Amino acid sequence: MAQMNLLHAINSALDIAMQENDRTVCFGEDVGHFGGVFRATSGLQEKFGKARCFNTPLVEQGIIGFANGLASQGSIAIAEIQFADYIFPAFDQIVNEAAKFRYRSGNEFNVGKLTIRAPYGGGIAGGLYHSQSPEAYFAHTPGLKVVIPRNPYQAKGLLLASIRDDNPVIFFEPKRLYRASVGEVPEEDYQLPLGKAEVVTVGNDITLLAWGAQMEIIEKAAEMAANDGISCEIIDLRTILPWDIETVVNSVLKTGRLVVSQEAPLTAGFASEIAATVQKECFLHLESPVERVCGLDTPYPLALEKEYVADHLKVYEAIKRSVNY
Amino acid sequence: MNSDIYNEGQVVHQPTFIDGHSVDIPLLKILQQDGTVYEGAQLPEMDQELATKVYKTLAFHRVLDERMVASQRQGRLSFYITALGEEAASVGGAAGLKPQDMIMTQYREQGALMFRGFSLENFMNQMFSNAKDLGKGRQMPIHYGSKELNYMTISSPLATQIPQATGYAYGQKLQGLNAVTLCYFGEGAASEGDFHAGLNMAAVQEAPVIFFCRNNGYAISTPSDEQYKGNGIASRGVGYGIKTLRIDGNDILAVILATQTARAYALKENAPVLIEAMSYRLGAHSTSDDPSGYRTREEEEVWQANDPILRMKNWMLKQKWWDETQDTELFEQYRKDILAAVKVSEKIDKPHLDTLITDVYDVPPLHLQKQFEQLKEHINKYPDAYPFTAGKF
Ligand SMILES: Cc1ncc(C[n+]2csc(CCOP(=O)(O)OP(=O)(O)O)c2C)c(N)n1
Ligand SMILES: [Mg+2]
Repeated sequence: MAQMNLLHAINSALDIAMQENDRTVCFGEDVGHFGGVFRATSGLQEKFGKARCFNTPLVEQGIIGFANGLASQGSIAIAEIQFADYIFPAFDQIVNEAAKFRYRSGNEFNVGKLTIRAPYGGGIAGGLYHSQSPEAYFAHTPGLKVVIPRNPYQAKGLLLASIRDDNPVIFFEPKRLYRASVGEVPEEDYQLPLGKAEVVTVGNDITLLAWGAQMEIIEKAAEMAANDGISCEIIDLRTILPWDIETVVNSVLKTGRLVVSQEAPLTAGFASEIAATVQKECFLHLESPVERVCGLDTPYPLALEKEYVADHLKVYEAIKRSVNY
Repeated sequence: MNSDIYNEGQVVHQPTFIDGHSVDIPLLKILQQDGTVYEGAQLPEMDQELATKVYKTLAFHRVLDERMVASQRQGRLSFYITALGEEAASVGGAAGLKPQDMIMTQYREQGALMFRGFSLENFMNQMFSNAKDLGKGRQMPIHYGSKELNYMTISSPLATQIPQATGYAYGQKLQGLNAVTLCYFGEGAASEGDFHAGLNMAAVQEAPVIFFCRNNGYAISTPSDEQYKGNGIASRGVGYGIKTLRIDGNDILAVILATQTARAYALKENAPVLIEAMSYRLGAHSTSDDPSGYRTREEEEVWQANDPILRMKNWMLKQKWWDETQDTELFEQYRKDILAAVKVSEKIDKPHLDTLITDVYDVPPLHLQKQFEQLKEHINKYPDAYPFTAGKF
């Protein structure tokens, strides 16, 4: 095991994927010689050559269109979008093309070998165009998988699984944690399962559910609740689409309470989908309404970021509301 | 159907490629680095008063950039973007327009806003995201905008302003205003789909818009030879059937002359113009970037010798419109003014809590008002956790 930050873990996964198959290709804006603006692809061009790791022109729709073509041809396409906020010029190529390639052709063709990586999320004083969490837009699109890791160990195992999964996967990386999150990561190859949530902490009184950088927040809230004698079961959803209903529902059947927290705005966020499913599956076991702790229904602010975010205090208040219902 | 699709070119009976580089594009140069004008060169319409204003704006730009980078290094400011070495493109573009013309920019064109008279306080308040920022503290530093000065607020997603400029200019034409829109963007942003959409629509819809590409050789770490092939961005204009000029972007006289000429043409013919200004991004992409990872010092030194501000100064001295004492005093004064302004702006309060929910819509809808009430209760409960807003609403 080695100590790695989240960027190193991503880099290590990409390195393994490129090593194991010489049809694996990594590309995007500034991804080549420079190794990406966050340096996630650092050293890959030197090691695997310009034909397999390269800068693209500055055009997201082109990057994903190219990636769709490359993946449909049978190459393993790993495309980087520099910030999740800039994925929208590629929305058509993702939603109408990547997601429907297999379905519309009767599986004559598919882009299962496509993985799209993009740093997402706030907490870096980035304002409205360097902080968004757009997972729900893509979770509304059958045919895609959406994966978000919470730490370096998860990032490497989930990214390798995403690259090898035979479906187009969008892999959102919590950029606030790129350097801040450090942990033990095996240097060798390993995979973590897609579509499986992880129970991070077992508890009895209430279930807390989040993904990505928001995991730290709910863990902090759980510590506060523990001081009040509340035992929280903490779950990392890990894969947003298709999501692990079973693990979440089993937990809520046990605790009778659920708080879901996401960075994105409240309305039509993925937390809403979870709340709807849980109230249906667990109706007679629920002790209180499902709580969603999310961003406000506004663009992501700059000066008032602290007030806007779904922080640990807001999660803690939701836990108390739920328990004292 | 348009019969022009059958062009009147030469008919051949063997496959005959047109080479992708075959468009020959002249480069407009007026002023040499030592301040002398090329023989026979046409000069822009510019008297001493305008020239002095242009030069002072360039000087102010240089000093502001220097000071703000220093402030960022001292941890007073979160982020900054300089236009070191390419200030002539933005200042000269604005100088070639009329105040009623709209300017839309990418982010490295603060010089145009300076020329239009955006106050030092306004610059500072935006950068420090304080309560006096016209943009209400919502965007990262350098995303300026001013309705009064016809300067559209900057948006980070690249190239989005290009088709918008086409639409804006079309509206100006429709209304019969004696005005054009000038739209800046980098050679990197010119790879985006929006660039192509914007140019094609401007040509087809006959919009009086001037597309101004700052070709500074880099898009963050990506050099222009990995950005496009063919004869630069100018050749794209030709492809879309747009009148196109390529100019030396470090030559302030060429920039002003090209913009004046483009404006006159766009207004008279109701048609777009593309200007490609060749320059070099002498500084880092932003304060978050370190170019030593992707280019050499030697390369930078070549361009240091091409300083557009020094070039204009040399010309002003030769014209006897300016002298060294004035020059030293001016730079000194700007340094003092800017330092003082930083000290004032950084102490101004953050925007009021209300600005979290205003302007999302014209009026905050009920569900958002409710979320806001809950937020206020929450802040009242934990005032220490929200020190900038607790007790202030
Ligand atoms: C749609 C979009 N993609 C990516 C980015 C990230 N980005 C910001 S600036 C930049 C480079 C722009 O280069 P260029 O257009 O040449 O302008 P310059 O910085 O050289 O002035 C990139 C890739 C962005 N802001 N928007
Ligand atoms: Mg550039």
